[in-house]
Amino acid sequence: MKLNSLTLKATIDKLKAKEISHADLYKDVHDAIAEKNGLLNIYLSLDPTAVTKAEALLDTPLAGAPIAVKDNFLTVGLETTASANVLKGFKPPAESHVTTKLKAAGGVIVGKTNMDAWAHGSSTETSDFGPTKNPRNPEYLPGGSSGGSAAAIAADLAVGALGTETAGSIRQPASWCGVVGLKPTYGRVSRSGVIAMASSTDSPGPIGKTVEDCAILLTHIAGKDPYDATTLPKPVPDYTAHMRDGVKGMRIGICYMDHPQLKGTDVDRAVTKAGKVFEALGATVEVVPLSKTLEKGKILTPDYAIGVYTVVQRSEVSSNLARFDGIRYGNDRSFFAHEALNRIMLGTFTLSKGYADKYYVRAQQVRTLYRQNFAELFGTYDILLASPSPGYALAAGASSGDPLFGELQDMLVEPSSLVGNTGISVPCFTDPKTNLPLGLNIMGDQWQEEKILKAAYAFEQATDWNPWAK
Amino acid sequence: MNTYEPVIGLEIHVELKTKSGMFCGCPADHFAKKPNTGTCPVCLGLPGALPVPNKKAVEWTIMLGLALGGTIAEVSKFDRKHYFYPDLPKGYQISQYDQPLCRGGKVSTSFGDVRIHRVHLEEDTGKLQHATVAGKKVTLVDFNRSGVPLVEIVTEADIHSSEQAKEFLKKLHQIVRYLGISDADMEKGSMRLEPNISIRKVGETGLPNYKVEVKNINSFRFAAAAIDYEVKRHTVILESGKVPAQETRGWDEAKNATVSQRSKEEAADYRYFPEPDIPPLRFTKEYIDTIKANMPQLPDAYKKEIKEKHGLNDNQAKVLSEDFGKMKLFKDTVSLPSVSQANISGATVANWIINKVPDTSGVTPTYLADQIIKSKQVTQVDDSVLVSAIDQVIAENPKAVADFKAGKEQSKMFLYGNVLKRLAGKGDKQKVMELLVGKL
Repeated sequence: MKLNSLTLKATIDKLKAKEISHADLYKDVHDAIAEKNGLLNIYLSLDPTAVTKAEALLDTPLAGAPIAVKDNFLTVGLETTASANVLKGFKPPAESHVTTKLKAAGGVIVGKTNMDAWAHGSSTETSDFGPTKNPRNPEYLPGGSSGGSAAAIAADLAVGALGTETAGSIRQPASWCGVVGLKPTYGRVSRSGVIAMASSTDSPGPIGKTVEDCAILLTHIAGKDPYDATTLPKPVPDYTAHMRDGVKGMRIGICYMDHPQLKGTDVDRAVTKAGKVFEALGATVEVVPLSKTLEKGKILTPDYAIGVYTVVQRSEVSSNLARFDGIRYGNDRSFFAHEALNRIMLGTFTLSKGYADKYYVRAQQVRTLYRQNFAELFGTYDILLASPSPGYALAAGASSGDPLFGELQDMLVEPSSLVGNTGISVPCFTDPKTNLPLGLNIMGDQWQEEKILKAAYAFEQATDWNPWAK
Repeated sequence: MNTYEPVIGLEIHVELKTKSGMFCGCPADHFAKKPNTGTCPVCLGLPGALPVPNKKAVEWTIMLGLALGGTIAEVSKFDRKHYFYPDLPKGYQISQYDQPLCRGGKVSTSFGDVRIHRVHLEEDTGKLQHATVAGKKVTLVDFNRSGVPLVEIVTEADIHSSEQAKEFLKKLHQIVRYLGISDADMEKGSMRLEPNISIRKVGETGLPNYKVEVKNINSFRFAAAAIDYEVKRHTVILESGKVPAQETRGWDEAKNATVSQRSKEEAADYRYFPEPDIPPLRFTKEYIDTIKANMPQLPDAYKKEIKEKHGLNDNQAKVLSEDFGKMKLFKDTVSLPSVSQANISGATVANWIINKVPDTSGVTPTYLADQIIKSKQVTQVDDSVLVSAIDQVIAENPKAVADFKAGKEQSKMFLYGNVLKRLAGKGDKQKVMELLVGKL
């Protein structure tokens, strides 16, 4: 058995038990990278000294396990570009809070993974350094923007990975690549040292082979950061501690499957079937009807979220990208590619005098409606089930020419992301014809990571969709 | 020709002297430091760097708001103000837009009250230096000042003369110095002035339909000169039937005139929106009350106190309280045990500071006290010496004595001066006056 195909948990256990060596483990990882990276274009840069670093870390919680990190985390000594030509050659003078914590816990960065440039997209096709392919079927997209990290896990090119999500950027690629991805509550994991996309929704989080792997990684990257004023000083539990507690008595609502775009699709069938799995495990499951207006006991249609998210995100993007002027580092603004320019233009427009009230302020008002809606629903339900994406991975090239490609792909996660809620995607189906998977999006209220992990773990154990979980 | 009345509002920027920056740990003291030595990823606007607000700066801004009699917001927030300029590393300045820390308040002047519109907190920018390097003209950026806490005070358009503007500015300067929140050193640029000037016909009450902003003035005198210059300029334009252009001007020291910098028609749209990296600030009543309770004494209160406690006259109290350095030297000197032991009165200390210490920098209270005590010891002479000197002067100047008795007050001073001359600097002057008046 190739050691790169181990889960993070198994890797740590076997390293600590001295059943395997760091040298063998990293050899298998690097062999796999050498074999597959040419085709899949997952890693933008690699750390050749990773194995040496790992060998010194046996006594740490992560024992020197090889982790893939999305290229928007600042890493000292490793080029950090956010897959954008503007930052080509940029060597950060400071390390991100999350990778600092990861390293302190004994994680070793194998390399930096490809992404949509500046995290603008849901395909990893907008990378300035070429698209990443889906390891499950290279004719298809891996999703994005954390497509490289999800693909690294799917292709066994690392045993754990870090991504970031503003709305879907962890869960959608996890879903399309058949791995597990967790989007933490906004403010649970620090954004400092992460190249900002949409500051009010950016949430760094883990991507792993199993629910347990994500729980382990989250435990080591979460927490208050004095350099990120939006993180809260809430204690960080061991997220694996209650993972096995089961879902008996849990109140679960199924959302969005009565949306005209989903009704009768494989997604609808897979999510509805997942509901039955939870029922069999002792949970109470019911359908939460879709509503076009804010109504008690109903879920507000995600249709509005596309507009709200687009306005909020483009506004923040236009502001966050203003600093890239080429004076202190990097290349000048002529190096921005089409997608970034598009977003800067739109965001500049929505913040402009005379238009801000019509777009930005209005979007914030609708955002408040979503907040009220979820607050009410989480008074009734422990978790909500949906899908991270309206369907399977799309064919390579599908994103080109569609300026709202990402927004349409991410519409099912946009409402909860705008609100800052947590969610996890676990494999819940595979199309035998294409080998393409679907993910189940288990959503929780803010700070309810333990609850969604409990449900996700129970589902993973009760079904056969995740081969690593066996 | 019509008679016009100036309508002036002021915007004043004051750099706070906190230890660290507005949103990072870099030193806030940037003056005369080697360029780009006090910087970090946050104030350089590097990717991934996030701002964390400086609690002290927020507290001090609230304190200033309270000192000006304003209302502190229960909920406040920071906003991003966007414009591209090489000294602004993020492409936006973190400032406050629609929820400033403080609204309202006023400062009284002898010409009438000047209402405060708002007081808000923001970050300073870097500095551009135009230089020649290797024969090439270049513009260099020094980011040491980037991210230094900056308070902006905006007044209502309540000022109607350059004299009033000057008086207001001096008072504000004193308040800031008394609070100890800034050196407000004009030469170092830690207090910068921007008058917004327009004029209207006397008798009209509304705001004129134009205004001219004069940017970044670094002295009260220049502010007054710029106002006077603008008022004259506007008068000529209005008299010719035109309206002065809405624009931003600068004060040219060499020309002693304002010069056009930027027309307001091309003014930037700053695309303000709430800073997502900083959660809104909420203040409890207890928090505000604590700041209020710990607020240092302000000039007016101090003036009252030194008059009552140390028996100073109006003029002494005024001179001392108008200059923070003099006030502090006075306060520290009178509280020295050596001063009270030597029986030196507050009036004596006040007179010494007013007459003999033109510049208080470098003068310590102990040094001043020593000087006063020494002079007193040197001139300590027996009362009989004083009496005999007085007797001689009275004998030699019968006309002056007669004049005094006839009610001519000046004659007393003439006799007093002659006694002092005879004593050649010896003796307690106050005692001399007492004895002289007694003899007369």
